Amino acid sequence: MSAAFVEEPSQKFDIEQFLAAEESKGLLRLTTAGSVDDGKSTLIGRLLHDAKGAYEDQLKSAVRGGQIDFSLLTDGLRAEREQGITIDVAYRYFATIKRKFILADTPGHEQYTRNMATGASTAELAIILLDAHRGLTTQSRRHAFIATLLAIPNFVIAVNKMDLVGYDQEVFNRIRAEFEPFLERIGTKNYYFLPLSALKGDNVVDRGSHMPWFNGPCLLEYLETVDPADNMVQAPFRMAVQRVVRPDQNFRGYAGQIASGTIRPGDEVQALPSGRRSKVKRVVTFDGDLKMAHAPQSVTLTLADEIDISRGDMISSGTPSQSARMFDATMVWFDAHPLDPAHDYLVKHTSHTVPARVDGVRHLINVATLESEPATSLAMNEIGVVRIATAKPLFFDPYKDNRVTGSFILIDRKTNHTAGAGMILAAAEGSLEDAADRLVRLVRAAVPEGSQLNLPSDDAQAMEVVRGLLKGVLK
Amino acid sequence: MSRLSHLQALEAESIHIIREVASEFQRPVMLYSIGKDSSVMVRLAQKAFYPGPIPFPLLHVDTTYKFKEMIEFRDQFAAQLGVKLIVHSNTSALQAGANPFRLGTERCCGLLKTQSLLDALRAGNYDAAFGGARRDEEKSRAKERIFSFRDSLGQWDPKNQRPELWNIFNGRVEPGESIRVFPLSNWTEMDVWQYIHVENIPIVPLYFAKDRQVLVRGNSLIVPEQDFVKPQLGDKLETVRCRMRSLGCSPCTGAVRSDADTLPKIIAELVAVRNSERENRVIDHDREGSMELKKREGYF
Repeated sequence: MSAAFVEEPSQKFDIEQFLAAEESKGLLRLTTAGSVDDGKSTLIGRLLHDAKGAYEDQLKSAVRGGQIDFSLLTDGLRAEREQGITIDVAYRYFATIKRKFILADTPGHEQYTRNMATGASTAELAIILLDAHRGLTTQSRRHAFIATLLAIPNFVIAVNKMDLVGYDQEVFNRIRAEFEPFLERIGTKNYYFLPLSALKGDNVVDRGSHMPWFNGPCLLEYLETVDPADNMVQAPFRMAVQRVVRPDQNFRGYAGQIASGTIRPGDEVQALPSGRRSKVKRVVTFDGDLKMAHAPQSVTLTLADEIDISRGDMISSGTPSQSARMFDATMVWFDAHPLDPAHDYLVKHTSHTVPARVDGVRHLINVATLESEPATSLAMNEIGVVRIATAKPLFFDPYKDNRVTGSFILIDRKTNHTAGAGMILAAAEGSLEDAADRLVRLVRAAVPEGSQLNLPSDDAQAMEVVRGLLKGVLK
Repeated sequence: MSRLSHLQALEAESIHIIREVASEFQRPVMLYSIGKDSSVMVRLAQKAFYPGPIPFPLLHVDTTYKFKEMIEFRDQFAAQLGVKLIVHSNTSALQAGANPFRLGTERCCGLLKTQSLLDALRAGNYDAAFGGARRDEEKSRAKERIFSFRDSLGQWDPKNQRPELWNIFNGRVEPGESIRVFPLSNWTEMDVWQYIHVENIPIVPLYFAKDRQVLVRGNSLIVPEQDFVKPQLGDKLETVRCRMRSLGCSPCTGAVRSDADTLPKIIAELVAVRNSERENRVIDHDREGSMELKKREGYF
């Protein structure tokens, strides 16, 4: 009964008890990739249906030939219904008593790599669907690669259509043995192999009786209990300023959504690009000041000192972000117009938009073979490593460490299209601010606007601070 | 480890979206339909800019066929909030006698909602308009972006949407073009009701069950507020204990039989209910994919 939304309400339905349970209910964002042939729509339709995410009048409109065609529940656009394919990312919602789920449903064909990347960008779990009858395909590898590239922390490798192979354990084991080395090679984390039949319902919401040889949790149970392994709360504090809130002369706050880490009044923070340091005075919200806030909350910070901070600046603490005008990134190309190093682009990174150009394509990644290939451009749906040069320095962390401060989009300045999405690898060698630059900034940062040096009065402590700063400079 | 509840996570995401719009656009406006979703959206806007005021006006596109209780609620709500409220109606179509019975629901919506909205947006020269639509409402909405681009004619091209990754939104537009923004995209009907309950957000009394005089027409219960809503063959005028699951124009929005006269009872009803909330909206069922067609033309 764990699958149902909640039990049928009775006279005894206690709303306070229900709402109290809802209070602690978390959210899991997941993505599926797969083609119609893999039975993806059938799987999602079944999840929605059995977990009561699809309502009855929607079910009625999905009846074909007296039976529910689950794929009709999910294909929303007219063109898709006409052609029987999925051409865009669709978001689905369902909930159980344990969790609420947001599912980004993406098409699986090669020409929709960009949609897959879109769905994967916000996901904490990916379901990679493959067909037991056909075995491992190039497409399954591509799905796993893209989901891993987008740094999704959890995977379910769903071996579907087990009914077509007589629920044979050998078939399942063979596919697992073939796929595992690939997943290890690309660095996929926390993967769970699961045999199922979406059509018959085995191991989706209920276990069914056809695969007694498999003892792991069924799909929904796994989704309800998997630890999202979200380490963003433990990471160093980062918050891009979206807006300066200044209703009157007495209040000046910096509004943003915390990208990572936690923050408390009294914490020391640094503002970039000015480099100035201050302490958090208040963590302000409509519902009252907070003693502590963490990612991904939206808050407004006030600081102890009047320092110049505006939209696009980064407030951070702990290990400093990297700062560079030139960096390497893995890019997924979206636009019909191929990447062009002579073209003018804008980078939108956190709340910061700056003019940029592409300073060369380092290589293209063949998604089927994972080989690097030489390239001078990227066409739609291609993935490659490029070097980006920006008009102003960006303050970032590598994408593998921080999916918020390590990601950006590239906007075509002529058409305003979102031309591509990037995941920052590292600052280009030699492009980190040079030491003198950085010293000047640090010294300026150390001298508050009043001009008194903002170092501890104790000499030994002050030296320790300077030594710490220099260490960063000279590394 | 500390993890946000689903409502906290949704709230944080929506506030982020609302702040991005206020910062990136010259002239944003928030569509205010008086419904429960609008009420939630306005509360999120209050939270986004606190302790400052909401830095954009609210716009109500009034077909003049809304329920009387909605209009009373709207005026009181805006006054209490101290926010600027703009009301726009397609007066020339109304003077020509536009109503759903003379024109049919499709043409009536086209003139009094879609056309009226586009005129209002053009008149205000708004480059961004917030709407309270949710992706769980209807199939074509499931694919709409949070920042949804509209060309200079206000049209949506579902096959040519800007990819949207992470929480990075591309709001770049040329003069005349605009973006529709849906901060509640990832909320479900259940989330909205729970949030209204937890946050104590005021809503129109029509959502609560009471005895109302309605025309019973098959499964539909229509409140006869407008003169042109007259009993047809087979209709019965009855007093029925009922409420609205979603609010629209009184001739086209049916009530549902219900005893839910408090928020907890509404939520309890929702837990049990097996019909999605738009079923009582005549306009979605005009023809297959009708919402997608309306949206392409500029409807919210």
